[in-house]
Amino acid sequence: MEITRQEVEKVAKLARLALTEAETTAFSQQLNQIVGYVQKLKSFSTEGVEPTSTVPGQSNVFRPDQVQASLSTEQALSNAPDAEAQCFRVPKIIQES
Amino acid sequence: MAYEVVIGVEVHAQLRTQSKLFCACGTTFGLTANSQTCPVCLGLPGTLPVINEKAVEMAVRAGLAMNGTIGVRNRFARKNYFYPDLPKGYQISQYEAPICEHGWIEIAAGGSRKRVRIRRAHLEEDAGKNLHEAGSGMSLVDLNRAGTPLLEIVTEPDLSSSEEVVAYLKSLRDLLMYLDVCDGNMEEGSFRCEPNLSLRPAGQTTFGTKVELKNINSFKFVKDAVDYEIKRQTKVLNEGGKIYQETRLWNHERGETAVMRSKEEAHDYRYFPDPDLVPMEISSEWIEQLREGLPELASTKQQRFITEYGVPEYDAGILTSSKALAVYFEACVTLYPQPKTVSNWVMGELLRELNNSGTEADASPVTPERLVELLTLVDQGVISLKVARDIFPDVYASGKAPAQIVQEKGLTQVSDEGALATMIDEVLKKNPAQVGQFKEGKQQVLGFLVGQVMKASGGKANPGKVNELLKKALAG
Repeated sequence: MEITRQEVEKVAKLARLALTEAETTAFSQQLNQIVGYVQKLKSFSTEGVEPTSTVPGQSNVFRPDQVQASLSTEQALSNAPDAEAQCFRVPKIIQES
Repeated sequence: MAYEVVIGVEVHAQLRTQSKLFCACGTTFGLTANSQTCPVCLGLPGTLPVINEKAVEMAVRAGLAMNGTIGVRNRFARKNYFYPDLPKGYQISQYEAPICEHGWIEIAAGGSRKRVRIRRAHLEEDAGKNLHEAGSGMSLVDLNRAGTPLLEIVTEPDLSSSEEVVAYLKSLRDLLMYLDVCDGNMEEGSFRCEPNLSLRPAGQTTFGTKVELKNINSFKFVKDAVDYEIKRQTKVLNEGGKIYQETRLWNHERGETAVMRSKEEAHDYRYFPDPDLVPMEISSEWIEQLREGLPELASTKQQRFITEYGVPEYDAGILTSSKALAVYFEACVTLYPQPKTVSNWVMGELLRELNNSGTEADASPVTPERLVELLTLVDQGVISLKVARDIFPDVYASGKAPAQIVQEKGLTQVSDEGALATMIDEVLKKNPAQVGQFKEGKQQVLGFLVGQVMKASGGKANPGKVNELLKKALAG
């Protein structure tokens, strides 16, 4: 399985990353090396092994439905580059026709 | 050309938990912006979401009530996209393994019953809210709602008219409210619906291109938006045009849908299992325990009202249309075991006042006890049925005891034979001609004389008694 330049460009676009030509080339090579390394796993038989997405052995970790104190509005907004009327202020992204 | 309308519906129902899905912030609507957030729901680095057990239980209860199969192995996935109201850059949702699949809900449509298949229902977190500033090209973001638990409920494309869509949404909303897992408030966005709609030439088996409708926050708008979109698509197709797969927003002021354009459309959500959350195993024991705890649902209750109380199907349907109203009715019948009389009052006088004031039955200022007091005053002959009906709005508005209102207004029915006899004597003296006619055999004059006595009493005389005493007096 090979990671093409087009795939790198698509992933970069979805992640809002502006890559230079040189970076795209470099990341394509690096990603291919990583994927190639992980391909080694294919030499093992995984028949009857459940796919795992988390550290195995744990399930059903819940919390009770209880409210605890939230941050204050000032704290919540303290890292925001721009704020107004207790809100985060961001460029508008909806265009209604 | 004749087209067949094919509609599916997605509903996002906010679950009525106290705290959010993955953190301990509250879920109250309408607070000061950004006063209900924490590092988890703000998406700050290094935080760990932990599942709210109550939300899982509510989702399972809803799934069971929708006749669905509960997924034993559940896990959460990240749905990746950028949007200002989504602080993490992904929404935690369920993808491959939803909590419920293959359910169905029965709806009443066009005089018959129809089963609407539920493809899936899954748990996910809500996003925050964007408020668009006029003119500045900027938006304000409130993250109070971010992380509130949602149950997304998706139907198969089984609906074919705006009436069916509304019937489905009403049934689903009633169901969730009966289960107490959602407050059903459409204006506040606790119950949001997005119909998707396509047309195809009648008889064709493949589907046409579908359009998703958003920004619909009342049943009326659902009907208007779907009807508008059917007309719009019919016109486009008849003119040889093409339908584009898009999201359209309902504008109720203009009465039309318009394309929603976004600079941030992803079309590629790159779902993958969320490594921060361990899987959920919902055991059959847990499912059975939740199944046993399910309340009696509307359709079952309606049948029981018909058999247990002998009320007509129509009455039973209205009385069970909300859980609060059904509870109210049963409380009255326990105190006053004449179901049809109670039903008439609840469906008539009470429901009129409740609807006028936008109140649910459980918050009615006229409690079941008060309503029964009023009915008892009629039975005891203290007031007439007409007076009881007349004063009901006062009882409702003042919250006073019916007996107190009757007294204050001096409406006590006159049943005292002495007092009535005096009035009758006077009426007979004033109307010798009619008395003569009656004695000559003109029975219908009696009605006139009863009317005169009622008038003399200011409407307070007991009509039954007047009738009886008049006949005696005329015979004497």
